[in-house]
Amino acid sequence: MPRILGVEIPAGKRIVAALPYLYGIGPSRAKWLCELAEIDPNLRAKDLTDQQINRFVQLIQENNFVIEGDLRRQIQQDLKRLQAIKCYRGIRHLRGLPTRGQRTSTNARTRKGPRRTVGVVRKKEAKKGKV
Amino acid sequence: MGRSLKKGPFVDDHLLRKVSVTLRSASKKPIKTWSRRSMIIPDFVGITFLVHNGKTFHAVYITENMVGHRLGEFSPTRIFKRHGTHTEKATAK
Repeated sequence: MPRILGVEIPAGKRIVAALPYLYGIGPSRAKWLCELAEIDPNLRAKDLTDQQINRFVQLIQENNFVIEGDLRRQIQQDLKRLQAIKCYRGIRHLRGLPTRGQRTSTNARTRKGPRRTVGVVRKKEAKKGKV
Repeated sequence: MGRSLKKGPFVDDHLLRKVSVTLRSASKKPIKTWSRRSMIIPDFVGITFLVHNGKTFHAVYITENMVGHRLGEFSPTRIFKRHGTHTEKATAK
């Protein structure tokens, strides 16, 4: 299996489909890289020569694409900054709620996660109908 | 869509006037303001604002990495209520 930038191991897929396995490279960047490298996007990843792989690595570095661990760290830092200054967006991140003004009465499940039933815990007698 | 760079950051005139007064005076007295829409510009760093949230004024001390945000972002207008935190049992503790 070919490796791009050390650890990344895309499968025996077409190269445009394999490149997005790198965190920070999506479909459009993958397409763009293939065009720039003048490599057929339909080529299987396993058929890439070392030269071609190096070409991709070179292009990624030349264009200052922030990728993998660096990108993850950058995102974390951005979040930390928002949370440290206690602005609205930071608070919403802390609470795990949507940050861009979406409704939360219903929906917002992506941020809130699986539904949890919340409610008042009733006394035992009340349940039995004695009160 | 973002704001055109040509225009520069938006700050209410009355707030700018208040800020310039505070900057000239030695005492950094908090500035009371209703202008939540004003952007925080670098000049504001080190000043404390009392930002209205519709009910009360929130003290907001401006630090360097708050620049570019708006004053209103630091003065929440809603109270975050959670189940069980404001019941008798919880307040008794």
